[in-house]
Amino acid sequence: MSKNTEIRLSGEGGQGLILAGVILASAALLEGKNAAQSQYYGPESRGGISKSEVVISDGEIIYPEVADPDLVLVLSDVASIPYTKDVRRDDTLVIFDSGTVKKFPDLKHGRIYKLPFTMTAHDKLGKPFIANIIALGTIVGLIGVVSKESIEKAVLARVPKGTEELNKTALLEGFELAKTIKK
Amino acid sequence: MEKKALLISGNESCVEGALYAGVQFYAGYPITPSSEIAEGLAKKLPKYGGVMIQMEDEIASMGAIIGASLTGKKSMTATSGPGFSLKQENLGFASFNEIPCVIVNVMRGGPSTGAPTGPSQGDVMQARWGTHGDHPIVALAPNSIPEIFTETVRAFNISEKYRIPVVLLLDEIISHMREKITFPEKGELEVIDRMKPTVPPDQYKPFDVSNSPLPLVPPMAAYGTGYRFHVTGLNHRTDGFPTNNGELIEKELHRIMGKLDLYKKDMFRTEAYMLEDAEIGIVAFGSSARAAKYAVNELRKQGIKAGMLRYITLWPFEGAAIEMLAQKVKFIVVPELNMGQLILEVERAAQGRTKVYGVNRVNIEIIHPHDIMEKVKELSHGI
Repeated sequence: MSKNTEIRLSGEGGQGLILAGVILASAALLEGKNAAQSQYYGPESRGGISKSEVVISDGEIIYPEVADPDLVLVLSDVASIPYTKDVRRDDTLVIFDSGTVKKFPDLKHGRIYKLPFTMTAHDKLGKPFIANIIALGTIVGLIGVVSKESIEKAVLARVPKGTEELNKTALLEGFELAKTIKK
Repeated sequence: MEKKALLISGNESCVEGALYAGVQFYAGYPITPSSEIAEGLAKKLPKYGGVMIQMEDEIASMGAIIGASLTGKKSMTATSGPGFSLKQENLGFASFNEIPCVIVNVMRGGPSTGAPTGPSQGDVMQARWGTHGDHPIVALAPNSIPEIFTETVRAFNISEKYRIPVVLLLDEIISHMREKITFPEKGELEVIDRMKPTVPPDQYKPFDVSNSPLPLVPPMAAYGTGYRFHVTGLNHRTDGFPTNNGELIEKELHRIMGKLDLYKKDMFRTEAYMLEDAEIGIVAFGSSARAAKYAVNELRKQGIKAGMLRYITLWPFEGAAIEMLAQKVKFIVVPELNMGQLILEVERAAQGRTKVYGVNRVNIEIIHPHDIMEKVKELSHGI
């Protein structure tokens, strides 16, 4: 059985986590892989706890949600504790947004990083809402679950017309942030 | 040419499956987590020459698809628990009058309006016994995006062929998740249309099976084609008009319920996974079955011989497979996203031959493979 890569993108409604998950899963399909993308969100469209999970595999995906995370992204305080609870391996990457997350869980496992997704989106691109695409770039830069070319193709296929350049720049910023992490 | 793989949600897959099966009419009242089915058919159905109506409520939606089906059109609606409750009266009418229709129920947390965005498998019993009286109904419960497509087609086929309403029982997880699918080509899957009458209009009786090529199933004329076709919720004669003749009432009820027995084999579908040498049985359906299959693999890595029996057709419930399983395993575990519904049928079929235990969640989170693995390990220690 081939090893799955299990990624959880968490935060709150309005941060574009579901779109980011769909893009990542589409990128995997472009490479002929299997992918399953699932989500949780509350009845409110903005502000409530939200997550999007992506499982990518060369083989069959049996359980469609994250059973044993390889990477957890946290973009908001509401998600910080509940969605990092099941980190039980030391090599699981847990990445917090250094600007928007103030509450950090007391984790026994995982490699923990804090990166300025929202600050970069705000200061460098003038659009705080594009933190999701920057984070996607970082995830791909860090674990290479899909190629940079595939993620770019998948991003461009799913974003509104007229925002292509902005999104490409956001991905590049994400790739750069990944380089700041020493493995 | 290699077919294109797409990433679509379960609800989108249901829309595509319905179009493949030839749906011509949809009426519904949008409700989370099923709304994308209404949305998809609103966009696509007119392009296929069909009609989509957003009705004023759930009850009217059910009435509308019954009416449309009587005119000969393949009809469907989609809803979730609260709407499924409202549809029950009309669903009973459809069942009693043998009107083909497909009702998609994307289960969400209940009871009442419950948790709109939270997953659940709490409508297992409602799908069978939601409307009053003895009545025939079929319920199918797929567990992946490609299977939602094929089971939607099968739902229409069963409904049209046997004149029985079919409930497609999905859950929030598989409806909203996205997975890879390549659509079958036209002709790749069988598509069945209902049987039309061969007698002249003046000799037609809508519930008469004496000349039907398919035992117990009466051919069905379409409204507006010159055939007289009376429908009523009252017990009726073969010409469709009410009767108080007890003998006839009993005969007709036995006939419509008898279709479930006679055609059980055609309706019934399961998946058996690693059951040959299994010492521990897991019986599951829908999204919980995906956790169960994952758990089987993990348990086997740890030397515990588990196997899974997955019910794709939930109703009519076929107990023979459980009977066999119960004779050879140490115990059976039934994981489900409710407080124990399918387990009642499993226990009944096992007839005390082995112990049956539930793994349940009602905290609007999916059943996790670890839930099942822990239960199996805990129970294994006791043996």
